[in-house]
Amino acid sequence: MEDMKDVVLNYVIEEYLEDEDEEITYDTPLISGGIVDSFSMVSLKRFLENKYKISIPDEKASPEAFDNVNSIVKVVKEYV
Amino acid sequence: MAYSDKVRNMYQEQLEELKEKGLFKEERFIHSSQAADIEVEFPRGSSTKKVINMCANNYLGLSSHPDVIKAAHDGLDSRGYGMSSVRFICGTQDIHNELENKVTEFLGTEDTILFPSCMDANAGVFEAILNEEDIMISDRLVHASIIDGIRLCGAMHDTFKHSNMKHLESKLQLHSDKRLKVVITDGVFSMDGDTAKLDEMAELCEKYDAMLFVDDSHASGFIGKTGRGTHEKYDVMGKIDIITTTFGKALGGASGGCVSGRKELVEMCRQKARPYLFSNTIAPVVVSGVLEVLDSLTASTERRDKLEKNTEFWRNGLEEAGFVLKKGDTPIVPVMLFNAKLAQEFSKELFDEGIYAIGFFFPVVPQGQARIRTQISAGHEMHHLEKALNAFIKVGKKHNILGKSKQEIIDMFGL
Ligand SMILES: Cc1ncc(COP(=O)(O)O)c(C=O)c1O
Repeated sequence: MEDMKDVVLNYVIEEYLEDEDEEITYDTPLISGGIVDSFSMVSLKRFLENKYKISIPDEKASPEAFDNVNSIVKVVKEYV
Repeated sequence: MAYSDKVRNMYQEQLEELKEKGLFKEERFIHSSQAADIEVEFPRGSSTKKVINMCANNYLGLSSHPDVIKAAHDGLDSRGYGMSSVRFICGTQDIHNELENKVTEFLGTEDTILFPSCMDANAGVFEAILNEEDIMISDRLVHASIIDGIRLCGAMHDTFKHSNMKHLESKLQLHSDKRLKVVITDGVFSMDGDTAKLDEMAELCEKYDAMLFVDDSHASGFIGKTGRGTHEKYDVMGKIDIITTTFGKALGGASGGCVSGRKELVEMCRQKARPYLFSNTIAPVVVSGVLEVLDSLTASTERRDKLEKNTEFWRNGLEEAGFVLKKGDTPIVPVMLFNAKLAQEFSKELFDEGIYAIGFFFPVVPQGQARIRTQISAGHEMHHLEKALNAFIKVGKKHNILGKSKQEIIDMFGL
């Protein structure tokens, strides 16, 4: 199975980066760093829920918990 | 006193910070009516200067048109000045109803409801028709007032990359389980002057059973062969479920807006939209002016045809002179300068040449995409456009950017 970290990272790159030269890592602050607006988090959450056939409660998908790839993966792993 | 020095200082610091970052906005006083020729006091306190206005949303040149002014006078005489009430208590006159019917006919929809402004229309419409079981999918560049409306609505929200139909389709698939889906876009995007691909969007909405929402504020009155809007240009009249638009731009330019579309959706707004329920509607004098505007635009396409010719002349002129433009065919013509400081200086030097056009830079447009946004009007005569073009060329030569590519300009001035 593809590493979950890379699944999330690739999704964020595809979905949110407009400029191909921009680089992000597992630790790059996404929401507080202005890459993902807290609005658009919805699609990331839904994508993960569909992909891993899980359901993440809204309160777990807080902007803080979804602020970088590492912490997103931590949240998702609780539910798979 | 609750407004202590501590509080005052806090705000003063915030305002200082805006100034330091170059984000502080200052008004410029115009001492004349809105038109191609205006008299501007800038900077504040200086004597007024006659300039050609290249940055109004006065696309059809109707803001100070004698017929519109006369109709407004007549309305003032026959229906008075104010209503002193919201619509559903005692704030609805026959002419409000007449205007709603006329807009319905003009846009080719089923029904229309007036709002105090299009900002209010956008702020109120989503909450009135959607709930938590639904999804709103918006283009990433929609107008700020739509963002506010989305925020006020409990439905889930997602976005798609600007005008990217593949991305939109993937979002429609992702959210296929939702009760109602609404795809949300501007008809003409005000910063870039490009148009939404409404034909493809209507098709996708059909395929995935979604409603289509279009804010046509920068299109109503002049886009499309008879000026009905972006839906006419893309041959999808009757297929847009919700159109919002403003009377504060091409359609007389005073104020007011509306939601026009499926009759049940309009009725829901009448029952539930808060800016409609809790704020006075458009004043009778303005309603009378807009009625005249719609009559004259229905009778003749002369003004939008002139606007189209003016726009062509302006785009070709700038292009031949060697400026980098945003591609498009609307009267919004952004002259790309990329560097914020250059855009500010350029605007100032144009003003010295008698041309009023404003520089836009981050955060209004993305970083590194600073520009002068020019907006063409049917109120411009050839002599206005020629003078403006000469001024652009003169200032462009001074900065040595004519004939230079995007990369060359960036290399010269930085981002
Ligand atoms: C796309 C768009 N929608 C809505 C509005 C708001 O219009 P109004 O002035 O009627 O509130 C504007 C005006 O800036 C706009 O550009």
